[in-house]
Amino acid sequence: MLTLTCPYCGVKAEETELAPGGEAHLKRFGAGSSDADYEAYMFARKNPKGVHFERWRHAYGCGKWFLAARDTATLEVFGTYPAQSKEPPAELVAAIKARRPGWEGRK
Amino acid sequence: MQRYSVFALAREAFRDHRGWERAWTSPEPRAAYDVVIVGAGGHGLATAYYLGKNFGITNVAVIEKGWLGGGNTGRNTTIIRSNYLQDPSAAIYEKARSLYETLSQELNYNVMFSPRGLLMLAQTHHEVRGYLRTVHANLLQGVATEWIEPAKVKELVPILNIDGPRYPVLGALYQARGGTARHDAVAWGYARACSAMGMHIVQQCEVKGVRSEGGRVTGVETTKGFIGCGKLGIVVAGHSGQVAEMAGFRLPIEAVALQALVSEPIKPCLDVVVMANTVHGYISQSDKGEMVIGGGTDGFNNFTQRGSFHHIEETLRALVETFPMLSRLKMLRQWGGIVDMTGDRSPILSKTPLGNCFINCGWGTGGFKAIPGSGWAMAELMAKGEPGPLAAEFGLDRFREGRFIDESVAAGVAH
Repeated sequence: MLTLTCPYCGVKAEETELAPGGEAHLKRFGAGSSDADYEAYMFARKNPKGVHFERWRHAYGCGKWFLAARDTATLEVFGTYPAQSKEPPAELVAAIKARRPGWEGRK
Repeated sequence: MQRYSVFALAREAFRDHRGWERAWTSPEPRAAYDVVIVGAGGHGLATAYYLGKNFGITNVAVIEKGWLGGGNTGRNTTIIRSNYLQDPSAAIYEKARSLYETLSQELNYNVMFSPRGLLMLAQTHHEVRGYLRTVHANLLQGVATEWIEPAKVKELVPILNIDGPRYPVLGALYQARGGTARHDAVAWGYARACSAMGMHIVQQCEVKGVRSEGGRVTGVETTKGFIGCGKLGIVVAGHSGQVAEMAGFRLPIEAVALQALVSEPIKPCLDVVVMANTVHGYISQSDKGEMVIGGGTDGFNNFTQRGSFHHIEETLRALVETFPMLSRLKMLRQWGGIVDMTGDRSPILSKTPLGNCFINCGWGTGGFKAIPGSGWAMAELMAKGEPGPLAAEFGLDRFREGRFIDESVAAGVAH
């Protein structure tokens, strides 16, 4: 059972309390952008087999969106952080690198 | 190829079955082939088979990381149907379903196609309207389906509770020639036919890299060394994104886990396939007597071939209301497969940024039923370099152009 700690209310929430929201840190391309950029923003996804950054919502808790780092190949959770973050926090990246020495960082 | 027949069976019976040949050979790979197909699941093997049969291209290798048919081909609930709403989907799934009708005879291998009939239950008024629309669309597409009323549903499925308090059965979309087939046998039958045409099926051979030069693929790096190719087909559901990344492009695909389970075997009680999309469950009875039950997908990316338990619980809770007798059954096995989900829930059969590289992926939760049609269309795409009528609408460019084939609305969740 997947368990994520909500960075806002601090609750250790299990999967049935949470709603997944797809890839995190997408850069939005809206009206006026090129077709290629818009297509990539809408549909192209990293889908890594390994470390992945995702959006989650504490749906049956405080209701807030937050971000999480997780391994899609092992289901290990590295940590969660607020949705307002432009990049994963440095200490989280360091923690992932400690657990996954071969990881090349977020591409 | 040694043909299977009642005479061959009789002959072998008189010599203690010592004369049977291996169904396919397991050669070491050559240095190069005209066509290399990555992935020896149903779709990859069917592609190779129709390349040989329809286009006479037999200098082909199908390379496979694990064992033949060991991915999603061996992990699905074996349902075959073509009652789709959108024209391009109905065309390719109906092509597949019609090929399944005679596949055993064509391959001389019993794939146990059983057109036992398939029901999609309407349990809300929205579903009633949706399925009536699908019946009308199917009529125009030449796919034989009909709308049936609750009394007829009860007649076809006596164990069904049509008066459930939360999910009453208001009718059903019925495809009389839908059904099931033996999933492993489909892969084995195609593999045997490919091997008989002189094609190489190389198992335990994982692709580690794709070598290209001037916008064209020259070959693949594998755990059994470099294999050169004139054309490359990527048919690796679950890991499409990983192989595409080796080839240098990105796909509009995310991988999620889809689960299924079977009960202990019981005496025959269900001789049609029943799908209940409102409650995300579908059920049929296997020849061994097990109730084969499929559930929904998890909402998050996952490569572990196991899903969340609460999805199984939701599926069973709802199915028990619709099939009260299931409440007394023990479930024997549960498993998950990694499926490719596209934005519009339709597959991708496409050219790629590399001139001689083609991709077949994105079948989501419903690839097994499509195997013969998918192979047929992919073979045409690879042989001619351009998609034929079946594959034309399924190109990668549809995401840029907004030409979606929106089956997430048309078919609900269950496939």
